[in-house]
Amino acid sequence: MEFFERFAIPNPSIAIYASMVAIGLTVFAIIAGLSYFKKWGYLWREWLTTVDHKRIGIMYLFSALIMLFRGGVDAIMMRVQLAVPDNKLLDAQHYNEIFSTHGVIMVMFMAMPFIFAFMNFVVPLQIGARDVAFPRLNALSFWLFFFGAMLFNISFVVGGSPDAGWTSYFPLAGNEFSPSVGTNYYMIAIQISGIGSLMTGINMITTIFKMRAPGMTLMKMPMFTWSVLVTNLIIVTVFPVITVALAMGTMDRLFGTYFFTTTNGGMDMLWANLFWVWGHPEVYILILPAFGLYSEIISTFSGRNLYGYKSMVASMVIISALACMVWAHHFFTMGQGALANSFFSITTMMIAVPTGVKIFNWLFTLWKGKIRYTVPMLYSLGFIPLFVIGGMTGVMLAMSAADYQYHNTMFLVAHFHNTIIPGVVFAMLAGLTYYWPKMFGFMLNERIGNWAFWFLSIGFCLAFFPMYITGLDGQARRMYTYSEATGYGPLNMVSFVGAGIMAISFALIVYNIYYSIRYSPRNISADPWDARSLEWATHTPVPEYNFVIEPQVASSEAFWDAKKKGHELFSGKPEKIHMPNNSGLPFIMSAIFFIWGFSMIFSLWIPVIISTIAIFACMLYRSFEKDHGHYISVEEIDETEIKLRGVN
Amino acid sequence: MKVKSALLLLIFTIATVLTGCEPLMVLDPKGPQARRQAHDIILSIGIMSFIVIVVFAILIYVLIKYRESRQSPDYEPPHIEGNKWVEILCVGIPIIIVTYFSIVSVQSNYIVEAKPKGYEDKAPLVIYASSSDWKWHFSYPEENIETVNYLYIPTDRPIEFKLYSYGPITSFWIPQLGGQKYAMSDMITTLHLAADEPGELMGRNANFSGKGFAENMFNVTAMSEKDFDKWVKDVMKTAKPLTKEEFNKLLKPGHYGQMTFTGTHLGFNPPPEHHHSGAATEKNSNSDESNMDMNMDMDMSDHQNHE
Amino acid sequence: MKVDHSLPLEYSTKQNGRNIFGFWVFLAAEIMLFATLFTSYFTLEHRVGHGSSGAEIFEMTPVVIETLILLTSSFTVGLAVHAMRIGNKKAMAAFFVITLFLGLGFLGFEIDEFMTYIHEGASLQTSAFTAILMTTLGTHGAHVTFGLFWGTAILMQIKKNGLTTETANKSFIFSLYWHFLDVVWIFIFSFIYLKGMM
Repeated sequence: MEFFERFAIPNPSIAIYASMVAIGLTVFAIIAGLSYFKKWGYLWREWLTTVDHKRIGIMYLFSALIMLFRGGVDAIMMRVQLAVPDNKLLDAQHYNEIFSTHGVIMVMFMAMPFIFAFMNFVVPLQIGARDVAFPRLNALSFWLFFFGAMLFNISFVVGGSPDAGWTSYFPLAGNEFSPSVGTNYYMIAIQISGIGSLMTGINMITTIFKMRAPGMTLMKMPMFTWSVLVTNLIIVTVFPVITVALAMGTMDRLFGTYFFTTTNGGMDMLWANLFWVWGHPEVYILILPAFGLYSEIISTFSGRNLYGYKSMVASMVIISALACMVWAHHFFTMGQGALANSFFSITTMMIAVPTGVKIFNWLFTLWKGKIRYTVPMLYSLGFIPLFVIGGMTGVMLAMSAADYQYHNTMFLVAHFHNTIIPGVVFAMLAGLTYYWPKMFGFMLNERIGNWAFWFLSIGFCLAFFPMYITGLDGQARRMYTYSEATGYGPLNMVSFVGAGIMAISFALIVYNIYYSIRYSPRNISADPWDARSLEWATHTPVPEYNFVIEPQVASSEAFWDAKKKGHELFSGKPEKIHMPNNSGLPFIMSAIFFIWGFSMIFSLWIPVIISTIAIFACMLYRSFEKDHGHYISVEEIDETEIKLRGVN
Repeated sequence: MKVKSALLLLIFTIATVLTGCEPLMVLDPKGPQARRQAHDIILSIGIMSFIVIVVFAILIYVLIKYRESRQSPDYEPPHIEGNKWVEILCVGIPIIIVTYFSIVSVQSNYIVEAKPKGYEDKAPLVIYASSSDWKWHFSYPEENIETVNYLYIPTDRPIEFKLYSYGPITSFWIPQLGGQKYAMSDMITTLHLAADEPGELMGRNANFSGKGFAENMFNVTAMSEKDFDKWVKDVMKTAKPLTKEEFNKLLKPGHYGQMTFTGTHLGFNPPPEHHHSGAATEKNSNSDESNMDMNMDMDMSDHQNHE
Repeated sequence: MKVDHSLPLEYSTKQNGRNIFGFWVFLAAEIMLFATLFTSYFTLEHRVGHGSSGAEIFEMTPVVIETLILLTSSFTVGLAVHAMRIGNKKAMAAFFVITLFLGLGFLGFEIDEFMTYIHEGASLQTSAFTAILMTTLGTHGAHVTFGLFWGTAILMQIKKNGLTTETANKSFIFSLYWHFLDVVWIFIFSFIYLKGMM
């Protein structure tokens, strides 16, 4: 049984044991449920083997929501622990594990899949295409993400969580100072998921460049699609960097190399640099699609075209270029000196200019509009003031000498949550509400959504604004406790109350989903928001082939012009449509990656070798595979269209 | 949105009240470096607030004036592509602000990497501050004494901290004297601070370094030069010498209280720099070892440099 | 599937065009991968700890041979694509086979080079320098190895199905991959070996 000792949790607690039981019960319930209702076939045919971008988008969406829950529970635990001084609820080790997993989950396994969800569902529809350029690869992207996330998520019950922070700096993350397998989970799970992200990058870029409907030049694309293009260009540029960094970290921990060690030439600063060369652009990967969503939503609910199309595009391009030139602002204090710090300080501050352009453009879109306060619009409007405050503190942090005081304090924590929550999370919730009717055929309840928005906004302010103050008063980040004498108590208590209010808002969102499934009317229009872009020119639910006939586009608001100016989108007769077949290979290959990852983490070398060979065998199989898809005949199309047109 | 702004104002008021009307540490500088940093912070708050207020004002205005309920049902919002002058303003003003901040920032960068203002003509007191899990060792090479987890420093003299670590990257931070800097295992970083007045100050490691991180703090006492010299003499008289065995024991992970020794560990356990001299004044104190010299062998036991 | 006969076979369907475009994007990502490795190499180049430096272990002869072999294989894969373009399946397959054999030869010399280093005491676990050296060279070598398997699979498909829109597309993409590896090798030769031996 010595072999099994390696899987034991080095620092168990009641909560962890309870979670083990809960996980076991949940897995059992899922398997039992699927068997009882005889849904295995359905699951395999319709979801596990799908290559349909819409289905894949929905899977990303629900994965993100589940991970939001897990990351949120981590956050609540942290806030409870810090609510009062000298709290004994969590000891240092557990607190360290919790904030590390909170960060990784929220960034890699909540925010990323959330943006991928919308990229996948919306972009092909917005450009008038039938799917992405590489549907099979798309499925592989999702399943690699899914299994990477699953691998990371079992760390706290098998072997131990990572505990060196989401940034996992060396030498802390090396074997000497982090002996448990936790950091192995970090290195490998993120690596697997990252490969999926890189594939999405290739997929989206090719799709957008090569599959736009006739007449849709680049400067006539909807703004969300533009944001996705720029985002994926960043992904393709910077994900290889973290791939290398994670590989080196893995080698240091598993193969005794000296990349980031304290002896034999190792250089811990190299990890910090490589991590942030990826890490900073990563946050722009998160925010740019959010900006894209805001452009769509603000434009739709102002009843006006988006102000300054050209400058919106230019600003995103400039932001992404600058984003790759600022990484050292994450470690101004690492001793590189005044000259280097000056360079990075200036580039960092420069990003405020194109970002400001976008904010003003959104304000001017509202100008002379006809503003409707729907839930997606509320999130977009709440985003503007809150994100600007976050951006303001960003410029403050960019002043490197001043950053010597802000760095690694709660001020910094407040800043990045102030940009990510109103920036990314609000957009994701806005997008969720906005696209829900197109995805599922009914609306989310407006009243409950309203309550959720206000609870989230107020909760957010209460939770995070006090941190600006405690940070300036000397409270460092990642401290599991503080003494009463420091005086941080009252403001941390306010943060705790705010976190509680945020938790209520997320509960309301979940309740909204349940309530709407039960009570929302199903006979809604295919264009419930009176929107402006092509994805709304489809039926609800969207048929497998998206559009019967490729739309003809003449402006940047093709659907709006069709509605208001009578421009004809679809002309011609339907022809048979070629669609790709489903495939089980992406799921299977990713499952093998899970086994490979698990074996690497626990240094089980025989399974590593076998699963590595299996992965390549899958690729070989794919190479020889003769799968040319299938055709949907005109008769089938006509049938589907009549059925859908009857509904709306 | 009006409700929101009012709420934010309320929050800030509560926060200010809750801090007990005591100034925040970073905004209560006790040394010239911290003062410069506090100046930059207040300046940036002031100017950025202007932008925030402008955005808030425009937002509130448009949200009230152009809400659907206020307009006739057949109002068709106009198609506006852009306006050259508005855009020049929206780009121009931020560029001016960023340019101004850049100048201030660059100036401050060089200020914090140099001897503090007003202290340029005094010889700096060099202190080697090294961290090991989860304590700080302070070596005074000139005075030949060493303390653990507490610092006594003289006012009226610039202090040149030489930072490094025996383990994970840590960050040496005394908020009221100035900003922090990383202490790492393969190079020495230099932090220039000075204390204007005597007093008790808080110091801590600001970079997460594992289980004992939260408690990784140290006390700083600033005192007049006379008192400082007296303290040094007291230490020479009463403290035990620091032996290699004792120091190796101290290096092991754990929390130790405050300790005092005569002698320093710099002799038998030298820091990771290519010169093993104690005083750093002959090296340029304007920038620290920033262009990281890669030809460093971290192994402490031999002093060879491989080219 | 609509075939556009005015375009070369490998570009002749819409999906073919997308495949090639997507592969260029992939190569951009690969450039970033190797750029990261090179940057790390330059950072860690002189951090030799207790071990040897590049000047002490690099030897001209095997490196020059490897370079000649790989450059020649890039030429032969170019000839293969040209043969494919003019529809000469036999010549194409022949040049393809030669390319793969040359690749195998390259790997043989590289493995021997690594064994020599290890015998001289410069292994992956010796120092930061050896770690990044072997990782960079090894990543390139792993790519070559993958290419050998991939190329063989394509060759088998050409033998079985002939020159179709699909096999032409795959072969062309493979040639892009192979040329790319050659370009990376030129950087390795110049900035790792030559620079290290100066």
